[in-house]
Amino acid sequence: MILGIDVGGTHTDAVLIDNFQLIKKAKVPTRRDGIVSSLSEASEQLISGTAAGDIQRIVISTTLSTNAIVQNKTDRVAMVLLTGPGLAPGSLGMDKDTYFVQGYVNHRGIPVKNVDEKEIGAVGGEISAKGIRHIGVVGKFSSRNPRQELDAAKILGDPSRHISLGHKLSGQLNFPRRIATTYLNAAIYDIYKDFVEDVRKFAAKIGPEIPVYVLKADGGTILLDQSVDSPVQTIHSGPAAGIMGILATTDMKDDAIALDIGGTTTDISVFADGVPLLEPSGVTINDHKTLIRGLYAKSIGAGGDSVVEVGREGLTVGPRRDGPAAAFNGPVATPTDAMIVLGVAHIGDEQKARSAIEKIAAKLQMSTEDAALAIVEKTASVIADHIRQTIARVNNKPVYTIHELLEGKIVEPKMLYVAGGPAALAPFISKNLGIPHSIPRHFEVSNALGVALARTTAEVTIVADTEKGELVISEEGLIERIPRHFSLADAVEKGRKILTQKAACMGARPEDLAIEVTESQEFNMIRDFCTTGKNIRVKVQIKPGLIAPGAER
Amino acid sequence: MPDKTKKTGLIFFPAFDWAISPSHPEREERLLYTQDQVFEEGLLDFPNIVEYKPGIATYADINRCHICVPDAQHLTTSSHLISAGGAITAAQKVLTGEAQNAFALVRPPGHHSMLVAHGARGFCNINIEAVMAEYIRHTFGIRRIAIVDTDCHHGDGTQDIYWNDPDVLCISMHQDGRTLYPGTGYIDDFGGPNALGATINIPLPPRTSDEGFLFALDNVILPILDEFKPEIIINSAGQDNHYSDPITNMNFSAQGYALLNEKLAPDIAVLEGGYSIEKALPYVNVGIILAMAGIDYSHVREPDYDAGRIRQSPDVTRLIEQEVKNLMTLWKKKKNLKKQITGSAAYVRREKNIYYDTDEIVEKQIETVRVCDDCGGLVTIESAADTGKRIFAVILPNGCCPECRKNGEAFFDRVNGSQYHHVYFQDRQKDIFIVK
Repeated sequence: MILGIDVGGTHTDAVLIDNFQLIKKAKVPTRRDGIVSSLSEASEQLISGTAAGDIQRIVISTTLSTNAIVQNKTDRVAMVLLTGPGLAPGSLGMDKDTYFVQGYVNHRGIPVKNVDEKEIGAVGGEISAKGIRHIGVVGKFSSRNPRQELDAAKILGDPSRHISLGHKLSGQLNFPRRIATTYLNAAIYDIYKDFVEDVRKFAAKIGPEIPVYVLKADGGTILLDQSVDSPVQTIHSGPAAGIMGILATTDMKDDAIALDIGGTTTDISVFADGVPLLEPSGVTINDHKTLIRGLYAKSIGAGGDSVVEVGREGLTVGPRRDGPAAAFNGPVATPTDAMIVLGVAHIGDEQKARSAIEKIAAKLQMSTEDAALAIVEKTASVIADHIRQTIARVNNKPVYTIHELLEGKIVEPKMLYVAGGPAALAPFISKNLGIPHSIPRHFEVSNALGVALARTTAEVTIVADTEKGELVISEEGLIERIPRHFSLADAVEKGRKILTQKAACMGARPEDLAIEVTESQEFNMIRDFCTTGKNIRVKVQIKPGLIAPGAER
Repeated sequence: MPDKTKKTGLIFFPAFDWAISPSHPEREERLLYTQDQVFEEGLLDFPNIVEYKPGIATYADINRCHICVPDAQHLTTSSHLISAGGAITAAQKVLTGEAQNAFALVRPPGHHSMLVAHGARGFCNINIEAVMAEYIRHTFGIRRIAIVDTDCHHGDGTQDIYWNDPDVLCISMHQDGRTLYPGTGYIDDFGGPNALGATINIPLPPRTSDEGFLFALDNVILPILDEFKPEIIINSAGQDNHYSDPITNMNFSAQGYALLNEKLAPDIAVLEGGYSIEKALPYVNVGIILAMAGIDYSHVREPDYDAGRIRQSPDVTRLIEQEVKNLMTLWKKKKNLKKQITGSAAYVRREKNIYYDTDEIVEKQIETVRVCDDCGGLVTIESAADTGKRIFAVILPNGCCPECRKNGEAFFDRVNGSQYHHVYFQDRQKDIFIVK
């Protein structure tokens, strides 16, 4: 059996699953005094009467990393940047704890200027003098050659310090994002480490040696113990649980849209052939643009409690929220009130809802019922317009080959899934979009189901340069000599092997290693009209999805 | 500090799956390291830099500015349609106000493609700036356009397409034709009889560095643009003036390119040549993008940059100063030139031998233009290539006057079709293209 727990902002949901069947579920208010007490409370109800040995794994989502960042409960971090020429340092928006030091590798990872041991030593001294215990070291193009970051870290190394290295956190290019990612990782390192300690104790109470997994931003799981060094990948764990919940509670195979309609906002997620889309560059959190792989979610300012107004341009819905719906003693008319008047929602004080809608009806010079219908349709059209824009953006994503431009996948949603929030709105949005809708089963605990059933995901980026005779896998800190005849097929093979090892280490079961090559390019390098080598770029991943049926779940 | 930033559209299409041939300079690898640098600098995360997917140009777009032999379909592959389509997308973004300026970082290039095109020359099949310029005129009703070509090679194709058009100013600044392909583009190439001064050539001596380029910019290009008053400025932004370029001999730097772009302030820039794919392109392109977007580019520098090593000699400086003086003297008396050149002739004829280096074709051409004070003048072209293809074309200019139209239509009706494989009628004013 699997114990899955989703710690949300207001509720903590827990499920116990046996062979894909929901055995038990529980919902408790999330406690203020900590995530672990919420975990304990939610799971207590479920596991009473279950033999400890029956639980094969525990999977949790966590709001810890996100909250630490959003609420500024982060540690002070000194950033040591090997910038080289390019964007002006001023454009990177750094603070007094940022040190720009010598050292630079180019786009092929060839060193242009080495790090200066003395300079970095002096920086280390200053960091100690300031009493800063966390350091981030980031080099431009370090994902093409991690050596200089490693050199700098060696000079700065000190048992009292923790150092986050840029190249370890992502193999992607983007120096400013690498800086932000590394900074956040260092800033939440301690608080996350304590959290891991607490969760271990919680798990030990349930039973000895039950593996514990945590959900990452990309909707994949990682063994808790393996997540300590890169806590930043657990940001947006909560939203990822929501999206994985859709997968867990539907039989989706096609392109689809899923909505989570809340009070203030509605979250839109997109699926292509039943696989949730990832953010193209990485997750953005609290204005920090990162390289963290995360599931794509677009949040829009329209929800059940959005303000309904009549202005010069007619009826408007959102993006503001002034409080709860009038039916719940809120100040203004909202879509929720309109749904109550229409009789499609049966909640709150109907009389209060009606009198709020009457005011709108008077301005529109129509009957209360007609006004309520107009409001609900308007809300649906605002959401539907955003969905259409989101799809257009996904389909207009720049591509770089003629093949992709002419033959690339076009996402055409066949189904609208509405999980969470007022299900009564679903038919209206569905009608506006011209596609059917569906309300997932068990949607009240779908996030916890998503957490419980998510598979382990991972990605590795391989760059091989046969002119240089070197292969680099940044995330793994791997640098290897390669022969001149090293080929694209060799690189893919290498990638598969390393990814398999990495995923196993993160806790993936052999049957869940759904490896996919997402990028494979090979360029002839020509200098002075002669072929001097090959530049090979490969990305392999285990995409987000559910664990395989069969064996034990 | 005032906000200098501009909303810049970037159409980036490196065509990673297309090459003229595996070891050709115009190959898959060309923009690979540029992409690396643009991605690594995080340029696409700036709120004022927005990347757009290129559109695909249609054959009708091409037929507005070219006479393709036998037709546009045979002369192009998807790569050419996307490259021209990328330029058109750049124009759309700027002219609809979605972006304040735009850079089409696309390949293959186009500025060596002439009005009549029997094949590829100078790595170019169709002229992507001209396809874009005619799209702009057709769609947005813009009349006066300036195309400033800063590629190291003379923009002979663009010059040829607009030779007789007084409303399109073509300025090309390039390495002296006596020392580099295509061997043309001298000061006295000054435009057709009805468009004198709408073609400007600034040949620069080999080993000209930043100083020389910027001197020509300040003393020729900017003053002429000021006088011409174009509604839109297009930069054919070739990057082969760079000191590290393997097929040219100039000494321009990434800083120089960025500064040139800032001063020229083009509405649209389109990549042309540039084959120093590792040592120049990543830095030049980042410099241009930052300059267009109004972001500090002062730290953009090639790893091996050494100002002393590439500085131009006093001789080069003197040559450029003299050239600029001669050119501006010519520019000032352009109004009196027409009478001198045409005398009392009703038609002016130009014979051209055109070599297509990429496709190894030789073409002989006779271009005849009607001397006209009311429009750019009716043009007819008789062209024969050693492929055996022989064609005749009648071209009516934008803003064609009734007399030129009457004559042109009559020529097209009366031409003896049996002498030619194809006879073309291109009406740039009414956007009509007929082949018989």
